[in-house]
Amino acid sequence: MRAIQVERLSKRYGDILAVDDVSFTVDSGGTIGLLGGNGAGKTTTIAMLLGLLVPTAGRIVILGSDMAKDRFTALARMNFSSPYVALPQRLTVAENLRVYGHLYNVNQLERRIGELTRELDLGAFLNRPAGQLSAGQKTRVALAKALINRPEILLLDEPTASLDPDTGDLVRSWLERYRQDSGCTILLASHNMQEVERLCSHVLMLKKGHIVDQGSPNDLLHRYGREDLEEVFLDIARDRRHADPDQAVLA
Amino acid sequence: MIRRIWGLMYRHLALYRRSWPRLLELCYWPVLNMCIWGFTASFLATRTGNVLANAGGLLLGGVLLWEVTLRSQMGLSISFMEEMWSRNLGHIFVSPLRPFEMIAALIGMSIIRMVGGVLPAILIAWALYAFNLFSLGPILVLFFINLMIFGWAVALGVVSLILRHGSGAEALAWGVLFGLAPFSAVFYPVSILPAFIRPIALALPTAHVFEGMRAAVQTGVIRWDHLAAAFALNIVWIGGACLLFARQFHAARVSGALISIGE
Repeated sequence: MRAIQVERLSKRYGDILAVDDVSFTVDSGGTIGLLGGNGAGKTTTIAMLLGLLVPTAGRIVILGSDMAKDRFTALARMNFSSPYVALPQRLTVAENLRVYGHLYNVNQLERRIGELTRELDLGAFLNRPAGQLSAGQKTRVALAKALINRPEILLLDEPTASLDPDTGDLVRSWLERYRQDSGCTILLASHNMQEVERLCSHVLMLKKGHIVDQGSPNDLLHRYGREDLEEVFLDIARDRRHADPDQAVLA
Repeated sequence: MIRRIWGLMYRHLALYRRSWPRLLELCYWPVLNMCIWGFTASFLATRTGNVLANAGGLLLGGVLLWEVTLRSQMGLSISFMEEMWSRNLGHIFVSPLRPFEMIAALIGMSIIRMVGGVLPAILIAWALYAFNLFSLGPILVLFFINLMIFGWAVALGVVSLILRHGSGAEALAWGVLFGLAPFSAVFYPVSILPAFIRPIALALPTAHVFEGMRAAVQTGVIRWDHLAAAFALNIVWIGGACLLFARQFHAARVSGALISIGE
């Protein structure tokens, strides 16, 4: 079953074409990575998937709901996390989770907050204002907010940005485990190539609003004849080398 | 739906639970206004006897009822701006909270903030100046409803401008209603205004409420014609404001302003 279906999606701001004729699908339970440099169109694509932005052209269907006509049905079954969108800093962690629990109409909310507190180890700072937390703690709280409604689709915009390697690894491990346990579909925009290699079953390479290449991380490594995704990313970003079509067939 | 509305209201109420400066801020200006105008009215009454004592009552009634409009407008606008300042709108707009539910939550907060601000001022007017606003009787409820609705209409206009022009339009939240005060005939009858301004005044529901308030204080007569006009005008004002908000919200989703609002 398809969780996300994007058909010929475009977004234009005046003369600037931020996203240009992008199409892709994500099957339920898959993890797809959006890779691209700054201004490639990752955040714009995510904003359109979330209904924050109206596309100039194209169609988005999420969990069977057309986002142009019925976005709220889909929004109740998905969630989002980004280090660039803050939670109210003066509210405690517990109050923040309560607010979003109500907004997402979560049943047995206090029990759900308890589960997330245990799973993400929030107990030590549950009653502390969100503004007083470290970057790692804030990331865990943002993740707890994103999981409060047990989303079927999780959109993550650079979920481990500004985290130290240890905390970043903990978050990635947790995401892997959550996806396996829940069957959640994850769409991840990231600049961290190791993260994408580790978490994603499929990668979309974006450049200037276009999908310039796509495939599984192994597929891309094969075709570009590279050791890691970072080199593939640089090849694409700097137009250094193109994928070998024979390798594509082999892959 | 109710739960989502409550969720957003809870977010604001939780802030008040721990912050006494926020609670104090709610009633600071209404109480201060009441003290200044109350002493002014008392002074006039002692100097001029009964002639101006009645005018003092009108003055205090005007101050209190104007605060109802002002606090309703600011309560809604500032609650929206609190979301903007905390950069939380991104999370709110990607949740299942519908825009009309967000407005309902902001209206709920506006009522709470208005009561928290105006009630202490009403009590001070009663305790210090023997002016009992409640002596107007049940008609007061209709005055309040009309003044609140007009405050929300203006606030929705301010929020729409913020959606359109970003944080540059924030200052309007504090000042815009003061610009309508001269036309609202808060302290004087509409007939005092120059003839060419009267149609503007009579297009505002507030002017009809204050005319009604003066009639009730001075003669005890309830001017149903003014009340009916206030309700009819409010339907037009709030309807127009909702349409404007819906258009600007959609325009912000097209332009991408929802992503960068507050920056």
